Amino acid sequence: MATAFPPVTRYELKLAAPLAGFYLVFFVGPLVLLTIVSFYTDTKMTAFGLTQYARFLLDPFSLAVLASTLWLGLKVTLLCLLLGYPLAFVITRSPNWLQGLLIIVVILPLLTSVVVRTFAWIVILGRQGIVNSTLMALGLADTPLRLLYTESGVVVALAQVQMPLMVLPLITAISRIDPNLQDASSALGAGAWRTFFRVTLPLSLPGIVAGSLLTFAAAITAFITQSLVGGGQMLFMPMYLYQQASTLNNWPFAAAIAIIFLIAVLGCVTIFNQLGRLSRGYAQV
Amino acid sequence: MMQPQRPDPGHVSFRLVMGLLAALAILLLVLPSFVVIVVSFTSSYSLRFPPPGYSMRWYAALGDAWQLQFAAWNSFSVALWTTGLSVLLGVAAALAIARSTSLKAKVLDSLFMSPLVLPALAFGLSVLMLFSLAGVPISPLTLIIGHVIVCVPYVIRTTVAALAQLDTVLLESSASLGASRWYSFRRVTLPLIRPGILAGAFLAFMSSFDNVPVSLFLRDARTDMLPIRMWQDLEGKLDVTIAAASGVIIALTVTALIIMERTSGLSRRIR
Repeated sequence: MATAFPPVTRYELKLAAPLAGFYLVFFVGPLVLLTIVSFYTDTKMTAFGLTQYARFLLDPFSLAVLASTLWLGLKVTLLCLLLGYPLAFVITRSPNWLQGLLIIVVILPLLTSVVVRTFAWIVILGRQGIVNSTLMALGLADTPLRLLYTESGVVVALAQVQMPLMVLPLITAISRIDPNLQDASSALGAGAWRTFFRVTLPLSLPGIVAGSLLTFAAAITAFITQSLVGGGQMLFMPMYLYQQASTLNNWPFAAAIAIIFLIAVLGCVTIFNQLGRLSRGYAQV
Repeated sequence: MMQPQRPDPGHVSFRLVMGLLAALAILLLVLPSFVVIVVSFTSSYSLRFPPPGYSMRWYAALGDAWQLQFAAWNSFSVALWTTGLSVLLGVAAALAIARSTSLKAKVLDSLFMSPLVLPALAFGLSVLMLFSLAGVPISPLTLIIGHVIVCVPYVIRTTVAALAQLDTVLLESSASLGASRWYSFRRVTLPLIRPGILAGAFLAFMSSFDNVPVSLFLRDARTDMLPIRMWQDLEGKLDVTIAAASGVIIALTVTALIIMERTSGLSRRIR
């Protein structure tokens, strides 16, 4: 098989032309347009300038919205990792029948409507919800706690909504690790914790990076969960963008918010990808 | 010196911590669907959990909820069209880029995948700007176009993965036995990658049916979409009819997932 692939096994690049054209017109085109609109100084879109960017970047309120959105994404990602890693680890070590069942349990929320899953959290965290009724039945609280419309509520709800995105790449990464390495580690006298932190965890870094990237990107743009569980008091970038575009009809400012958000996300994606490249090198050693 | 048989405290604590965290994760994943299903059978007007009594009244109320029905039908037909277009465009593109190592194919691959990581709300706004500045009125067609951009990556991903597993020897032998490219495609390639395409189509359908960020900007009164209708209902008041609608959605999703798992081994392809 040294002669590479004979042509019969490949298809021409031409076949990608229809979709490439479609993307050019309806994906690249709009994004270019978005960039242009963000440089208009007024809502009637007559003059160009950096007004909208200055308005965002010099405004403590806007910067706080951006910071709290990225911070939220980080917290959700860490919670997903803390719970998702053990789950992925247990799944890879389960017998076959259980493995199939558990993977279905992981995938099901991924396919269930986000509105439905968020609605569930309203029921769970509400004043008469399951958490409050349990706490009051156990005598741990006299009056219902306010759990809905708090940031912790948003973090937990988002962690549930995005958890599958973390667990699936982790399952792939952990099951790729040669089990002999773990056996060798324990045969050489390392305890379970030491083996985990010195062998399993480092070797699964590519999966951690891939899962974190997906979770983070999804968590910061999760408009529905943020607005329904967070309520009116907490403002994150997606809602900020939507308010400016739809309610206030301020397209240039909405476009600037979108561009700043896009750049922030791309920045995070780049950092994650760099980490991924480093970790792949690390995992192969 | 070396006694791997003896259960040391480290071993026990490791298994305990891992097991507990994994159990917590499973609880977190399962609990919401379970709670919604229980609450949807409540007999009261509130979302109290556990419900004071059980009845089917909210499922009966769905029969009169014409706004939800209308939105559900719109979401269904938009998702169907989106899936059809995504499969057509996506499978062709996947064939082109799957085994190619050229730079062009790499660039196209990352372009096609980028809607998965970019904030979809920013894309929704930008595509609304395109249509309105170009003077194209919002219609079901513009909505479907927006959906295809965010749904086609799923089809490409699963189809490329299926093509990567395809043994090229089969194509070589088919060609050496005199089959034309088209014949080989229809009789060898297509049957072998069909489960991959099917899984991608299913994911595209579900993600279109559930899409909010794009629909938010591209819908109008004629194309009221189910997730947005439900979101707006929830913003206003906590209506128990939404619980029944959610129960129906969960039941349909579970059924579809089981069918897809049986026919195309979805869980192996989704990773």
